[in-house]
Amino acid sequence: MAPFPLPLEGLLGKFGMYAIYLLIGLAFGAVLEMSGFAISTRLAAQFYFKDLTVLKVMFTAIVVGMVLIFGASALGWLDYNLIWVNPTYLWPGILGGFIMGIGFIIGGFCPGTSLVSMATLKIDGLFFALGSAFGIFLFGETVGLYEDFFNSSYYGRLTLMDVFNLPAGVVVVLVVLMALFMFWGGEQLERIFGKRDLSREPRLRVAGAAALFLAALAVMLIGEPTPAEKWARIAPEKEAQLVNREVQIHPGELLDSLANDQLRVVMLDVRPQADYNLFHLRGARNVPLEQVRSIIPSLLLERTDNQVIVVMSNDEAAATEAWKILVAESVPNVYILEGGINHWLELFAAEDPAILPTPTPALGLDYIRYQFPAALGDRYSASDPFAHHYEFEYTPKIKLQLKRGPSGGGCG
Amino acid sequence: MSTVTQIKSKPRRFNWRAFFFERPTKPYVHPYLGGTLLGIVLFLAFFITGNGLGSSGGVNRIVVFIEDLVAPEHVDRTAYLLKMAGGGVNPLDDWIVFVTVGAVIGGFLSGWWHGRLKIETNKGPRITVRQRWALAFVGGAIMGYGARLARGCTSGQALSGGATLSAGSWALMFAIFGGAYALAYFLRKVWN
Repeated sequence: MAPFPLPLEGLLGKFGMYAIYLLIGLAFGAVLEMSGFAISTRLAAQFYFKDLTVLKVMFTAIVVGMVLIFGASALGWLDYNLIWVNPTYLWPGILGGFIMGIGFIIGGFCPGTSLVSMATLKIDGLFFALGSAFGIFLFGETVGLYEDFFNSSYYGRLTLMDVFNLPAGVVVVLVVLMALFMFWGGEQLERIFGKRDLSREPRLRVAGAAALFLAALAVMLIGEPTPAEKWARIAPEKEAQLVNREVQIHPGELLDSLANDQLRVVMLDVRPQADYNLFHLRGARNVPLEQVRSIIPSLLLERTDNQVIVVMSNDEAAATEAWKILVAESVPNVYILEGGINHWLELFAAEDPAILPTPTPALGLDYIRYQFPAALGDRYSASDPFAHHYEFEYTPKIKLQLKRGPSGGGCG
Repeated sequence: MSTVTQIKSKPRRFNWRAFFFERPTKPYVHPYLGGTLLGIVLFLAFFITGNGLGSSGGVNRIVVFIEDLVAPEHVDRTAYLLKMAGGGVNPLDDWIVFVTVGAVIGGFLSGWWHGRLKIETNKGPRITVRQRWALAFVGGAIMGYGARLARGCTSGQALSGGATLSAGSWALMFAIFGGAYALAYFLRKVWN
């Protein structure tokens, strides 16, 4: 598994983790100040085509950050699945962005730059920062009036790769090309509207642009790790876990976990829909094996620290495949139901006269070995046994992993 | 130097004014260099922590912290605030607060080091200082409101979401530029 991002809280404790964040913020504020972002007139000049510093700094930062992020991911150092990608709420985002643009041209800052401006004792920066605190306060008080809109057009962890159906490397190259074109266009505008002499600009910027483009090309050529490569990277360790049966949990442990309020158990039933309709555990979600990959973004985005995912099939074969897919994509705390649904029925359906073992069980793996009078789904008593009626001897295997990556808060 | 001038050995007091305000003023870095440095900071944030940068989220939590001091019951009744400060939850116990506070300190240190600490109001030539203050407050309020509606500001959405290729962040980024350019013509007397 890619070593970064780090499980900071586990490594350094809470204070150590916050010290790191403080240092990151420090560097952030210092760079904004060094770029001249504490001066409102400089920022506003962007919108009169005289001085496109805002565009240049912002897009340079975005493309440099992007090339480094996807480069580190391509080399297997950084796990893209574990970094925070802002979820898309399309229309609230666009409307909020438009409102922000209006605030920007009226007030001359954005929230981050106003803080830096205030820190360097600019009075207009102070007023803007106070104003934005007031606007934020107003939002908190009024969002309840239109909560439906605020939560509308939700697409989850949607990336440009998903939108254009292109590999990440190709999108990286296209974004770099777009940014370079914007820089060129921006400089032409500065020449026309700002009367700037472009021949006095440093030559080095052309070399920088070329280096950026080559780096983006390299990211594209190396390519992001495929699912097979991701699995290959962790296979020795994870195969051992499977062989040593460290991740196959006894049905009794699942039952007790479901009754444990401290855990949030997500059950994924990866059998075909027909089997699921015959019988399934109450609360289990049917995600046939071939669709498991499609739910990974939502599992990553909506995860909580106490979330445990249990995959199940009739035996263990399909569940083990699903487990490999999820683990390779860095979904934390995934376990397999030991013996699958067949084992479950063996333990919990013994007293149900309606569910009988199939007299001639089908050969091969992952067939259901019981027959049902009707496709009742989860309306059998064995679908939801009462935890206190049963006591099993088992070795508990569920251990919550150290938290890695963002807490799912983003801009908080 | 044959004559020895007697230097009065008066105890020298620390000249805080010179220390803070009279350092030689340095020029700003070139935008592409500033952008590259910012990109590296952004990358390191994601690389080490998995989170990007942000600032309106931190201000948000500081505002909610104050609200929780003044009117805790109101906070416990408002769904949006409840998540951050309901009951005994401390809204300041969050990474974004530390990034935000760090940004203020970093801005101050850089401004001091480069000799740019100065009490002043930057404005267009045709408006008064007071008008500029009023516009800054109003603009800030609009920006703050929009930033929370969009779930992040220029740092938390445009920069961070832009670099991680979030589709929504890119749409939002163009909306910011669109909003500002749409109104820029009508405000030309404020800035020029």
